[in-house]
Amino acid sequence: MTTEHTLEVETLTVGYADRVVIDSLDLLLPPGRITAIVGANACGKSTLLRSMSRLLAPRGGHVLLDGREVHRMPAKELARTLGLLPQSPIAPEGITVADLVGRGRNPHQRILSRWNADDDKAVAAALDATHTASLADRSVDELSGGQRQRVWIAMALAQQTDVLLLDEPTTFLDVSHQIEVLDLLTDLNRNRGTTIVMVLHDLNLAARYADHLIALADGGLHAAGDPAEVLTEDCVRAVFGLDSTVIIDPVSGKPLMLPIGRHHVREPGPTVG
Amino acid sequence: MSTTTLEAVTRGRVRRGRRRRAVLGGLTVAVVAIFAVSLMVGQTFYTPDEVFRVLLGETVPGASFTVGELRLPRAVLALITGLCFGIGGVTFQTMLRNPLASPDIIGISSAAGAAAAFAIIVLNLGEAGVSAFAIVAALGVAVLIYLLSFKDGVAGTRLVLIGIGIAAMLNSATSYVLDQAGQWDLQAATRWLNGSLNGSTWDEAVPVLVALAVFGPILLVQARNLTMLQLGDDTAAALGTRLERTRLISIVAAVGLIAFATSATGPIAFVAFLAGPIAARMVGPGGSLLLPSAVVGSLLVLLADFIGQFAFDTRFPVGVVTGVLGAPYLIFLLVRTNRAGGSL
Ligand SMILES: Nc1ncnc2c1ncn2[C@@H]1O[C@H](COP(=O)(O)OP(=O)(O)OP(=O)(O)O)[C@@H](O)[C@H]1O
Ligand SMILES: [Mg+2]
Repeated sequence: MTTEHTLEVETLTVGYADRVVIDSLDLLLPPGRITAIVGANACGKSTLLRSMSRLLAPRGGHVLLDGREVHRMPAKELARTLGLLPQSPIAPEGITVADLVGRGRNPHQRILSRWNADDDKAVAAALDATHTASLADRSVDELSGGQRQRVWIAMALAQQTDVLLLDEPTTFLDVSHQIEVLDLLTDLNRNRGTTIVMVLHDLNLAARYADHLIALADGGLHAAGDPAEVLTEDCVRAVFGLDSTVIIDPVSGKPLMLPIGRHHVREPGPTVG
Repeated sequence: MSTTTLEAVTRGRVRRGRRRRAVLGGLTVAVVAIFAVSLMVGQTFYTPDEVFRVLLGETVPGASFTVGELRLPRAVLALITGLCFGIGGVTFQTMLRNPLASPDIIGISSAAGAAAAFAIIVLNLGEAGVSAFAIVAALGVAVLIYLLSFKDGVAGTRLVLIGIGIAAMLNSATSYVLDQAGQWDLQAATRWLNGSLNGSTWDEAVPVLVALAVFGPILLVQARNLTMLQLGDDTAAALGTRLERTRLISIVAAVGLIAFATSATGPIAFVAFLAGPIAARMVGPGGSLLLPSAVVGSLLVLLADFIGQFAFDTRFPVGVVTGVLGAPYLIFLLVRTNRAGGSL
């Protein structure tokens, strides 16, 4: 079981060069729960995750892990508690799956220290959890997009952090693997108490799998809370500029958003019984 | 976790470790062998026994001078500059995630070469002054290239093209210095433009040895951080790597190695550029390439110098031989880059 960690964002302002992307944002990421972050392309979701994992220094405000400012924590200490799977990670040419997943052990190793049995165990467990054990000796270059994505998730799992940030972990995955990854993250959350924060583009899966839903619009907070309260037709219009109908998902009982575009929309009339 | 997966993971790691050690061992044996042969072979052949006695400090008529004062400094300089070029080159290639971004392609070696030529020929400085001059110039160019071409930590075609331009400019500067000083003989020219071991002395070897002893360990300690940088800034940082610190230490140490080696022998063409990719082929992907590349660099310089001295009727300086070896690979990489639409 992991210890619970609080992750907070206080009046955070971050940006690149001359442009501010996130402007005085306040967030509380509930410990031991699954949080999904949704928002339009380029609204600053990846930027938020990058600054929470201290890759980007804030222009103002703080990111606090258990009350400590992450930008002041020793790099490896932070990386043993908080992991991040970026949106488009880079695999070194020719690296094998097992080696890549093994890189996730870096924060647990000292300079010049030897690889030990715990490292092997963590790698094996991560491979099994992501169903990539049969790929272990293959070169990452030769994998399909979906296989590769699962290998990256395995690398993040091998890091064995109590808080895990994932930037669009389901991209490239077919529907069954999307569900599998989200189920896997849910298992991790339920069995080990891992705090999960993930950016998702599929609002319905976000609403289904998250305990806490955060909708960002233009680098600011639009709404945050229980998915049933956050995912509304008004919210979808405000955040994405899209008309929609939100119904109850018959499978999960969570909200289900059906987009309304300019085409393929039935004339208003009696609904099919 | 299933025990079969754990066994497979352990087995794979042990197998890769074995391959790495076998390759490193084999390369080291090859370096020692060619080093020994280059002490024995020359105008006069000396037996291993005679060479040994010279190494132990005995006075052996003929051999003491030829082996002790001519062949030994040359072989030692070949060995250690090879280590410097190999490790310095692969540090840049790994850090910038680009095989073309090696110091001898992007102008850093040329800067050291031009500065050393200027310091020796025009200013008549001694060994220490020459090395200092070379390292300042090389660091200056490294910073300049960084400022001109680095955007958000990404080093692509831009960096390589700017570097190639700067290298060309610095090579003309070297030619100009040689020309102005009236020293435009083939010997000096090849040394400062391509690299040569002709006339190596102990005085030249000492600063390189010191640089290797200082910067080599610094880089080896950074080896794991450097391999983490290959994953991209986001992932590397998320896994606890301090990006700027790793880059700063690596640049200074790698430039130091390149500059000291270059001020002794000139920029021996393409050794820094070739050592890393050859080592990567041999040890396989995954681990750090620093140590294997260092040994490959040494082997390249020793072998090329041996070929240059004895394989043909005329003697060729080492840099000409490595130049001939390296050029096809450079062309191959440039063509591949071009085909891939300019992205590296
Ligand atoms: N390295 C960078 N340098 C400069 N600007 C950047 C950089 N990365 C992102 N931006 C800009 O910051 C803004 C937010 O980008 P970000 O990647 O955070 O968006 P996002 O919400 O993750 O989008 P997506 O859904 O497309 O992944 C965009 O306008 C983008 O162009
Ligand atoms: Mg993004």
